[in-house]
Amino acid sequence: MSIAWYLAVSAIVFSLGAVGVMTRRNPLVVLLCLELMLNGGNLALIAFSRMWGNGDGQILAIVVMTVAACEVCIGLGMIVALYRRHLPIDTDELRELQG
Amino acid sequence: MSSVLFFIAAIGVISGAVGVVVLRNPFFSVLALVAHLLSLAVLFLLLRAEFVAAVQVVVYAGAVMVLYVFVVAYVGGEGETLGERLRGVGAHGPVGSGLRLGGAIVAGALLVELLIALLGTGLEAVNGYGAGYAPGPHAYGTPAYIGKLLLTRFLLVFELASFLLLIAAVGGVVLARRRGGLGEDDEADALAPLDLARPWGTGTIAEGAGMLPPADQGSPGRADRAGESRVETGAGRHS
Repeated sequence: MSIAWYLAVSAIVFSLGAVGVMTRRNPLVVLLCLELMLNGGNLALIAFSRMWGNGDGQILAIVVMTVAACEVCIGLGMIVALYRRHLPIDTDELRELQG
Repeated sequence: MSSVLFFIAAIGVISGAVGVVVLRNPFFSVLALVAHLLSLAVLFLLLRAEFVAAVQVVVYAGAVMVLYVFVVAYVGGEGETLGERLRGVGAHGPVGSGLRLGGAIVAGALLVELLIALLGTGLEAVNGYGAGYAPGPHAYGTPAYIGKLLLTRFLLVFELASFLLLIAAVGGVVLARRRGGLGEDDEADALAPLDLARPWGTGTIAEGAGMLPPADQGSPGRADRAGESRVETGAGRHS
């Protein structure tokens, strides 16, 4: 398949992730949709890397995976902290950042 | 053959992504994301990114998703479908349903824009099949190739990523730790039978600090036991 097909799939996945981030209320699902957006970006990076026959895009994809793992770690830690403080696990209810 | 595999994997990728967005239960969303990641690894293999595909399966679909499953099992949370939220008929009334519909419309516009930018581009190589590929032990995308790049040309990036992981691990522990370790805890009674085998007055931290009076040494009540085990185990049970 030509590279354009992979890019189309990556655009669709990215947009689906954007829909989820903007419409879901559960922060866990928002984090999952953020992963979807990062995966769409990863697919585009690897497709372009294949297009040029150059490994830099794959290295960047691995770095993106690392950053995604860090983001999951921090995000899930925040959700567990919210749960411990008996705050609602809901992005509509969480409107203020004061501790 | 590769076209058939591409379409199967692409359908898996997109349906997994749709499942993440529309499924009601967060646990099923996590499972849909696992299916999405496995299909995406197939696409990476088709793009000859073997090492990245392996990392995707092992690290992402393995480790990170296990973390998600644990947190979903611990926290849970209310599930809601996308359609309900768009119509604003959830448990909390029509809060921001117009904004959510607007968000979906913005994401649709984003998709159109991305497709125009990616597919309507003037780059002719986008319509090609990629650069030439010669198989071999050090070919493009193999672990040897990636390792050589990571440890020579991208050494600084590699080290920075490891620092970032360390900082995130420390931050995750700090964020999710138990605050105010002597607080009210309704799970302490579950551990109280474990303390019955231990003789009274054998030096818990609470006794040493004088928080539990040693007056009732003869027949310790269950409430004292529960309070004691709370003090002992309150620091790290949930970590």
